[in-house]
Amino acid sequence: MRHLRQLEDQSVYIFREAYKHFDNLGMLWSMGKDSTVLLWLARKAFFGHVPFPLLHVDTSYKIPAMIEYRDRLAREWRLNLVVGQNKKALAEGMNHEKGRVECCTALKTNGLKLLLEEKGYTGIILGVRADEESTRAKERYFSPRDKNNDWDFRDQPPELWDQFKTSFPPNTHIRIHPLLDWTEINIWEYIKLENIPFLDLYLNRGDGTRYRSLGCAPCTFPIKSTASTVDEIIEELRATNVAERSGRAQDEGRGMELLRKDGYM
Amino acid sequence: MATCKTDTPATVDVRDRMNIVIVGSVDHGKSTLLGRLYADTGTLPEGKVEKIQAICTQQGKEFEYAFLFDAFLEEQQQGVTIDTARTFFQWAGRQYIIIDAPGHKEFLKNMVSGAARAEAALLLIDALEGVRDQSKRHGLLLSMLGVKQVTVVVNKMDLVDYRQETFALIEKEYRAFLSQLDVTPRFVIPASAKRGDNIATPSPHMPWHTGPTVLESLAEFMSESEKAEQPLRFPLQDVYKFDARRILTGRVTSGRLNVGDQLIFSPSNKSAVVQTLEAFNVEPPPTQAQAGQSVGITLDEQIFVERGEILSHEGSLPLVSTTFRANLFWLGRRPLDMETPYLVRLATHEVECRVAAIHRIVDADNLSLDRQQTNAVVKRNEVADVTIQAKAPLAFDLYTDFETTGRFVLVDDYDVSGGGIITEMVPDREETLRIEARQRDFAWVKGDVTLADRAKHYGHRAALVLLIGPDTTGKTFLAKKVESMLVAEGRHVYMLDPENLRRGLDADLQEGDARETIRRYGEVARLLIDTGVLLISTTNSFNPSTGLRAGLPADQVVEAIRTLVHPAPVLTVYMSQETAPPPIEADLSFTGPEDFTRTAHDVLAALKQKGILAETIGNQPVFQFSI
Repeated sequence: MRHLRQLEDQSVYIFREAYKHFDNLGMLWSMGKDSTVLLWLARKAFFGHVPFPLLHVDTSYKIPAMIEYRDRLAREWRLNLVVGQNKKALAEGMNHEKGRVECCTALKTNGLKLLLEEKGYTGIILGVRADEESTRAKERYFSPRDKNNDWDFRDQPPELWDQFKTSFPPNTHIRIHPLLDWTEINIWEYIKLENIPFLDLYLNRGDGTRYRSLGCAPCTFPIKSTASTVDEIIEELRATNVAERSGRAQDEGRGMELLRKDGYM
Repeated sequence: MATCKTDTPATVDVRDRMNIVIVGSVDHGKSTLLGRLYADTGTLPEGKVEKIQAICTQQGKEFEYAFLFDAFLEEQQQGVTIDTARTFFQWAGRQYIIIDAPGHKEFLKNMVSGAARAEAALLLIDALEGVRDQSKRHGLLLSMLGVKQVTVVVNKMDLVDYRQETFALIEKEYRAFLSQLDVTPRFVIPASAKRGDNIATPSPHMPWHTGPTVLESLAEFMSESEKAEQPLRFPLQDVYKFDARRILTGRVTSGRLNVGDQLIFSPSNKSAVVQTLEAFNVEPPPTQAQAGQSVGITLDEQIFVERGEILSHEGSLPLVSTTFRANLFWLGRRPLDMETPYLVRLATHEVECRVAAIHRIVDADNLSLDRQQTNAVVKRNEVADVTIQAKAPLAFDLYTDFETTGRFVLVDDYDVSGGGIITEMVPDREETLRIEARQRDFAWVKGDVTLADRAKHYGHRAALVLLIGPDTTGKTFLAKKVESMLVAEGRHVYMLDPENLRRGLDADLQEGDARETIRRYGEVARLLIDTGVLLISTTNSFNPSTGLRAGLPADQVVEAIRTLVHPAPVLTVYMSQETAPPPIEADLSFTGPEDFTRTAHDVLAALKQKGILAETIGNQPVFQFSI
C-alpha cells in the first residue's frame, strides 16, 4: 500500500508539471487498465477534474465492449473526449492481414499523427510502463519527439531529479509518461485500492480465459486463466513468468523498436 | 542455466519499493550482473533466455546475459548499453526498480539520469582492470546526485582466479577514494556475474568472503524515511481554481505540514494558515502531509503567491539570495561559460541566471588537488566549483541541510544541461535590506482587509511605477500625467516624489548618506503599497548628477527599492534624450517624448499587460491574473 502511494505521488507530480508547462495538452486513453489508471491519477492530480482532452485513436477494430465503456465513463466523469481515426487508410482497406506492423503503423501511429497534426498538441500524456517491453524500459518521463514524431533514443535529454524537459523547439512535441515506474501488478493493486471501474474483459467470465492486455480484436488474444476477481489476477501475476504482452502480435521480433522509433505509443 | 527459484521471496506482499542504480565503467559487466540477478531469482519472463540464446546462435555469437536488457539493435550489435533501462523485480517483500546505467563516457548524461532516480547504488569494478578513472568519476557523481548508500561489487573475480589479494587491493584503493567523498560503502563484494559467484548464491570459489551476496546486500539498503523528520519544505508547484476551492499544490520535500499550521512563503515573505488539505477520493480528508507526498492545500486568506516559492514554518526558513556557490556537473552540448544566460531551476522556481565565477574544475582522479584552470568554461562531463547569480532572489537551502531544495539544474536553450548542489549562500548587495524586509514582514500587524480585497475594490494591484533616467527628461511631468489619468478612471493612485522626504523624515541625514535615503524611501513606499495604492515615483533625488547629495547608480537604486517593496510588482520606465539603449534594464523606455499623453497611455497599457490594472473597476473588476 505504501509503495502504491509513492507511485501515486510521483505520477501526480508529473501530471501537475505537465499541466503547468504545456498549453496544448492531450492524454491518450485506450480504455485499457493502464490508461484508465492514468485517467484516475489525472482526477487525483486535479481534484476530480480532467482539465485536458482525452484522445482515443480508434482503429475501428476495437472490441465493442471497449467503446461502450469509453462512452459511459466519458459521460459520467464529464470528460472531453476526442476520437481520431485514419479514415483514409481504412477506406483503402487497411487491416491486419496486410501485415501487423503495417496495420499498426497506418491505423495507430499514423492515426495518432493525424490527430496531433489536426489539433496541434504539444504535450501528449500516455500510459506506457517501463516493464511492458524493453524499449519502453529506456524511456524518460518527458520524452521529446521531432517534427516527424520520431524518437531519437540514441540521444535522449538528461532527466535529473524531478526537473523534466518542458521546453522544446517549434513543431516538435513531448510525450509524457506518468506511469513509467508502475508494473502490471501495481496497476491491479491500485485498481483494487481505489476501486476504479475497469472492463470485465480482463476477468475470466466462465470460459477459462481472460484478456491480459487489450487492443484490436484481431490482434489481441485472451490467455488461459481462472482469475475472476482483481485479487485472483494479482495472485496469478505474482506466480507467472509469461510476458504481459505475449498476446499482442505486433511485439514479435524487432516489431516494437521499429514501431516506437517512428512514433508508436 | 542455474536457477534457484524459490516461491517465497518473490511472492510475499510488498511492503516498500526502492530504486537502485547499477553503475561502473564500460565493460565492467553491469548488464551481465543484472541479467544474472534476474535469471537466478527466477524473475525473467518465460522463454526470454531461450529466445535470446536462439538469436545468438543464429548470429554466431556467444550468449550474454547483457542481451536481456540491451533492447536496442545498436546496443546488441556494439555490446554496450546506450541508455538507462528500468527493470523490475520483487524480492523478500520489496519491489525493486533496478536502473542499468550505461558506463561508456559518451553516455554519461544517461548514467546521470539513471542515478538521479536512485536511492542506492551498486558500483561495479572489474577485478582485472581495477579502479579506473570512470569508476572514480561515477563515485563522485553518485555523491553529488544524493545517492549515499553504495555497495561496491568487484566483478570478474573468475578472471583473477578468485584471488583474495587482488580483491583486497582494489577494496583498499576504492575505499580510500570514497572516504574523501564522505561515502562509506555498505559492503564490498567479490563476485563473478558471468559465473554466478556471490550474485544470488554464495561462491564456492571464494570461501574467504564472509559478507553477503549481491542479492542479500540489496535488503540492507534503507528506504528513506528520515526526510519526514526534517523541518518542512514545500515548494509551490501550481495554484488551481477548478471550482470554488483555490488549491495550492506541490510536493512536500521534507518535514510535515498540518491543518492549522502558519506557513511562510519565501522569497515573498507572505504568510497564511493552512485551512484544509484537499484530496480526491480520500475519506475522511487528510489533516497531515509529510515528505514525499504530492498534496493540495487551501489557506485562510487569499494571498497572491506564485509557483516557485518555498513554504516553510517560521522557525526554520530557507535562505534567500540571488547568488550561491555550488558544485556543478555539466552535460551540455556546448561548454558552460560566463556570458551565456541560462535558466536555473531549483525545486519549482525558474529564473534567468549567469555563471558569475568558475572557481576550479574538480578532478575526479584526485579530489584534493585544485586543477590549475585558465580557460573560463566548463566542458561537457566536467565537474566544477562555480558561483551562480540569478536575476531575481530565490529561496534555497544548502545541500548538506536539505537535499531537494539544495540542488538545481541549469537549462541551456531547450535542454536541462547540468545539475548542481549548493555549497554556500553568497550574500549579495541587497542582503541587509532583504533581512530587514523579511523581519519587518513577519512582524507586520495585519488588519482583516487583505491585499486581494483592496485589489478588487480599487481595480488594480498595489504596485510601484518607477521613472528612471537622467535629470530634465520629463519624468516628473509624465508621473503627474499618469497619476491624473488613473485618478480620472477612478483608480487609487499617488505620486510620491522622494524630495518630499527630505526636509521631514530625512532631516537628520547627512547629504552623502545615499543608502539610508533610499532605505527610508523604500520603507515609505512599502507602507503606502500596503494600503493598496498604485504608487508613481521619480528617482531624481537618487541620481548622482543631482548636485546636493551623492547618489547611487540607477540599477542599484532600483534593486534596493525592489527589495524593500518585494513582492509588490515594480514597473520601471526609463526616460532620456539619447537614442542609445538605456544603460539599465527597464520595462519601458522612451526617448525625449514629445507627446506625453501617448507616452502615458503606453504606461497604462504596460500596467494592464503586467496584470496590475484590471480591465474594469467597481464591484466586478476583471483581472488578467488569478487572485
